[in-house]
Amino acid sequence: MSEGTAAPRSLARERWRVALRSATLLTGLAILGFWVVCALFGARIAPQDPYADNLLATLAPPSAAHLFGTDQLGRDILSRVIIGARDILIVAPLATLLGTVLGTSLGLAIGYLRGPLDDLVSRVIEAVQALPLVIVALMALAAVGTSNDTVVLVIGFVFTPLIARTVRSAVLVESDLDYVPAARLRGDGALAIMFIEILPNVLPIVAVEMTVRLGYAIFFVASLSFIGFGIQPPSADWGIAIAENYSLIGSYWWTVVFDAGATASLVIGVNLVTDGLASVFET
Amino acid sequence: MSAERPDALRIEHLDVVYRVGRRDRRVLTDLSLAIRRGESYGLVGESGCGKSTAAFAAIGYLARNGRVSSGRIRVDGHDLATLSAAELRRLRTESVAMVYQDPGRALNPSLKIGRQMAEVFEIAEGLSGGAALARAGEMLTRVQIASPERVLDNYPHEISGGMQQRVIIAMALSTDPTLLILDEPTTGLDATVEAEVLDLVGRLHAELDNSILFISHNLPVVARMCDRVGVLYAGELVEEGPAASVFRDPRHPYTVGLMRCVPAFGRRKDQGRLETIPGFLPAPGSVVGRCIFADRCGNATDRCRREAPPLQDLGGRLARCFYPERAQDLPRESGAGAGPASAGAAGRGAAGPRPGGETARPLLRIRNLSKTYQVSGKLLQAVHQVGIDLAAGETLGLVGESGSGKSSLAKLLLGLSVPDGGGEIELAGEALAGRAHDRSSAQLKALQMVFQNPGSALNRSQTVRRLIGRSLRLVGLFGRAREARLGELAASVRLTPRHLDEKPRQLSGGLKQRVGIARAFAGGPKVVVCDEPTSALDVSVQSAILNLLLDLQRQQQVSYIFISHDLNVVHYVSDRIAVLYLGRLLQIGPSEAVFRGPHHPYTEALLSANPGLEGPAMKRIRLTGELPSALKLPSGCPFHTRCPRKLGEICERQEPPLLPAGEGHAIRCHIPAAELRRLQAGEGEQP
Repeated sequence: MSEGTAAPRSLARERWRVALRSATLLTGLAILGFWVVCALFGARIAPQDPYADNLLATLAPPSAAHLFGTDQLGRDILSRVIIGARDILIVAPLATLLGTVLGTSLGLAIGYLRGPLDDLVSRVIEAVQALPLVIVALMALAAVGTSNDTVVLVIGFVFTPLIARTVRSAVLVESDLDYVPAARLRGDGALAIMFIEILPNVLPIVAVEMTVRLGYAIFFVASLSFIGFGIQPPSADWGIAIAENYSLIGSYWWTVVFDAGATASLVIGVNLVTDGLASVFET
Repeated sequence: MSAERPDALRIEHLDVVYRVGRRDRRVLTDLSLAIRRGESYGLVGESGCGKSTAAFAAIGYLARNGRVSSGRIRVDGHDLATLSAAELRRLRTESVAMVYQDPGRALNPSLKIGRQMAEVFEIAEGLSGGAALARAGEMLTRVQIASPERVLDNYPHEISGGMQQRVIIAMALSTDPTLLILDEPTTGLDATVEAEVLDLVGRLHAELDNSILFISHNLPVVARMCDRVGVLYAGELVEEGPAASVFRDPRHPYTVGLMRCVPAFGRRKDQGRLETIPGFLPAPGSVVGRCIFADRCGNATDRCRREAPPLQDLGGRLARCFYPERAQDLPRESGAGAGPASAGAAGRGAAGPRPGGETARPLLRIRNLSKTYQVSGKLLQAVHQVGIDLAAGETLGLVGESGSGKSSLAKLLLGLSVPDGGGEIELAGEALAGRAHDRSSAQLKALQMVFQNPGSALNRSQTVRRLIGRSLRLVGLFGRAREARLGELAASVRLTPRHLDEKPRQLSGGLKQRVGIARAFAGGPKVVVCDEPTSALDVSVQSAILNLLLDLQRQQQVSYIFISHDLNVVHYVSDRIAVLYLGRLLQIGPSEAVFRGPHHPYTEALLSANPGLEGPAMKRIRLTGELPSALKLPSGCPFHTRCPRKLGEICERQEPPLLPAGEGHAIRCHIPAAELRRLQAGEGEQP
C-alpha cells in the first residue's frame, strides 16, 4: 500500500541464493566442469599417450595397465576418452554461440518490428523446423566440405531459426509492456529499443535456450562424427570411436561403452544445468 | 430472522501467518468480527492490509504457505478447524460463495456459460443436464440478464465484463449461500457498469436475506452497500461500526486520514491540496507492543508508542485508539482552502486565455483527428473527428468508459499510433508528424506521458538512475551536468538518493509512479498525457501523486491531458473536461460547467453512477443495454441505443453536431442545451 514498504532483496542476490541451493544445477555443473577440465588439460591428465598404438596389445580388456582397455590399434581407451572431450567441447559450444547470437538478433528484430518481415521469416522458420536437421546439416557439409569450422557454421546456422523462434515469442510479450512506448517517446530508435531495452529482459530465456541447444549440439556433433561428417580423424573423438568399434560391441564391449557413456554424461550434465538455470530464472 | 440462528460468519481472535523464507510473518492479528444473518459487512483498507487474507481464511482456503496460528472461525455455526475435508467441501458448496475481482479470470474460457453454470446444479443439487441448464437460465433471469438463452450459449469472452460479473454472481447465489463474499467485485468495471452491478447486489441482498462480506478499497462503494464496516490496517481491525456513523463520524485517525485522501465530490484543485497519510505501512508483524498506526498518526502521544491500544467499545462501535474522541482533530497537512494550489489557479489564469475565449493561439491544437483500425476486414473507428484545444498550464480531463477511445486518442497525440489522413496535431504552432519517430527531439521532449501501470512502464532491468538518465540524453545532457539534473529531478518528485540505485522491483507502486513522472518531466515538457496515473494505486498514495502532479504543473506551467475513470479525481485536477463515447466527443467545456450542467445525457448517466462519500449526488440514471461494438456503430447519434432521453427517429438517423451551450461549453445532442438544463433541473436537483 504505502509508498515504501520494506524493499525486497535484489533479484540478482535472490537468484544466487536459489542457484547455490539447487542440487540439479550443481550436479550438472560438476559433470560439465569435469569434462571441461579434461578438454583443457587432457594431455596432462591422460595416463598414456592417446595416439600411441601398440599392435601387441590390441583389443585388450580393462586391466590395471589399461583401466578402460585398448582399441583395435592397441591405444589406451581411457586416455582417448579424456582427450576426446576436447574437440567436441570446442565445436559444440562455438556452434551454439553462433546460433544464439544470430538467433537472438533475428528473434529480436522480427519480434519487435513485426509486420510482413515477421510473417515471412516466421514461415521460413516453420519450414526449416519441418526438415530433419541432421540431414540438412549432412547435405550442407557434403557441399562445403567437412572440418571443425564448417561444422560450427552449419550447426550454428541450423540452430539460428530455432533460437529465433523462442526469442521472438519472448520479445512479443515484452513489446506489449509500456516501457517500449516510453522509450519511443524519448526518441530511441529500433536498434536501441531492441538491444538496450528489450534484450536484458529476455536474456534469462536466451540463457536457458542456449543451454538446451548446447545439449543438442553435443549430440549433433557426436552424430555427425559417427557418420563421418563431424570431427575428423586422427582427432580422438567419442563419435568416431563409436563408429569404428560398434560392430565389435558383442565381444569387445569396452571399445564402445566408455565413449558412449562419456557422450551421454556430457549431454546429461548440460541438461541438468539447463533445468537448474530454468528454475533459477523462475524466481 | 430468529435470533437463535448462528451468525453467518464469526471470527474470534484470528491470527494468520504466512511462511516466507524461513520466517513466519503475521498478516492478521487478533481479528474478531461477526456478520449477522442478513447483514452486509464491509471490510475496507488499502492493499496489503489483509482484507483478502481474511476472506480466504473465512472459507478455509488460505494460500499454501499461510495458516491460522490461533483463533476460531465459524461459518454458519460450524467451526472450520474441526471440519473434515469432506465437511469443509460441503460447507463451501452449500453455505458460502465467493465472487472475485476479475470476472474474466473466474470463468473457464473454454466452456460455455451454460455448461459452467449447470455444473453448479449438477454438483449441489444432483440435477441432470436439461434440468440443470433450465435452473441456470432461471438464475440468469434473476440477475436481470435480458436474454438468458443467448448468454447460456456464449463463451465467456463473447460477453462484456459487466455481464461476466453478473454470471459469476448468479453462480455464487445459485446454492442460496448463507454467506456471500464479494472481493472487490467491481474494481475492474466501468463506472456505469459498476453502478449497475452494485444495484443488482443491493437488490438481491434485500430479496434473498444472504449475509454479505464486502471487501473493497473504495470507501464510497462500501458506504453505499454495507450496514456495518470494519477498517483494517496492517492486519488489525482499527475501527468497526455501523457504516453510516463510521463514515460520518470516524473515531480512528487512520479512517479519518483515509477519508480525507479521497477527493470529495465537487472539490477542485484551487481549493487546496489533497490530504495524504504520511509515512509507510509497516512490514507485517514488525510492530509489537505499541499502536500499529502511531508512526503515521498526527495525534500520537508517548503512550501510543509504549503501549498497544485495545479495541475500545464506544457504544455499538469499536476503535483501536486511546483517543477516539480526538480522531477528527487529526492535524491537516495543509490549511484547508488556503493551500498553495490556489496560487496555481491564479498563475494559470495569467498564463493562458480563458478556455473558450478564442483569443490567443492554444498550445496544443487538435483538429479532425481520427483513427480507424482494420479488424478482420471490418473497420473499427477508435477515434472519430476529434477536435480539442489546450492552453498552456491547463488540464483537460478526458472521461468515458473503456472502449470510448480515451487511450487511442492519447496514443495519437503522442505519435505512438498514426492518425488517419486529414487530422492535424499542432503544438505551439508547429504541425506534428503522425509518428513519434518523425518528430524532432524538441517536439518529443515537449509531449510526454505518464503511464497507467508503472510496473509495466519502467524497464525492470534498469536502475532508477538509468531509467531517468536515459531520458536526459534526449535533453542533450551528459556527464556531470546530467548527474546534477538527475538529482534535481529525483528530488522534485520526492525520491531520495538511495532510490536511484534500486530497480523497479524494489520500489512500491507509488515510488514507481514517481519515477515515471520524473522521466516524463526530464526534458521540461509542455504537455504531459497522464493515462489513469493513479488507478493502480491506493487512495493515500493517489492523493500524494495528484499533489505532486499539481505542484509540478504550478512550478512549470505544464499542461495535462488527464485520463481517468474516477470523476471526482478528474473534477479535482481538471480545468476543462471532454467526454468521449465510442471515439466521439460528446461534450467538452470548463469542468465547472460540465459538472453543473446542462449535461449530455451520457455525461448525466456517468455523473449519476459516480459514488460519493456524501451519498448519491443526484438521482441514479440507469443506462439500458450494452456499449455497442465499435465494429457495428449505431447510425445517427452513437449514444441513441442507450440514451434515456432519446427523442425519436432523428437520433437514429442523424448525428447531432457539437452545439455551444455557453461559457465555452459544447454538447453533441439534438436536444437544445436550454431544454437539457430544464429537464435535468427538474429531476436531478443536487442536495
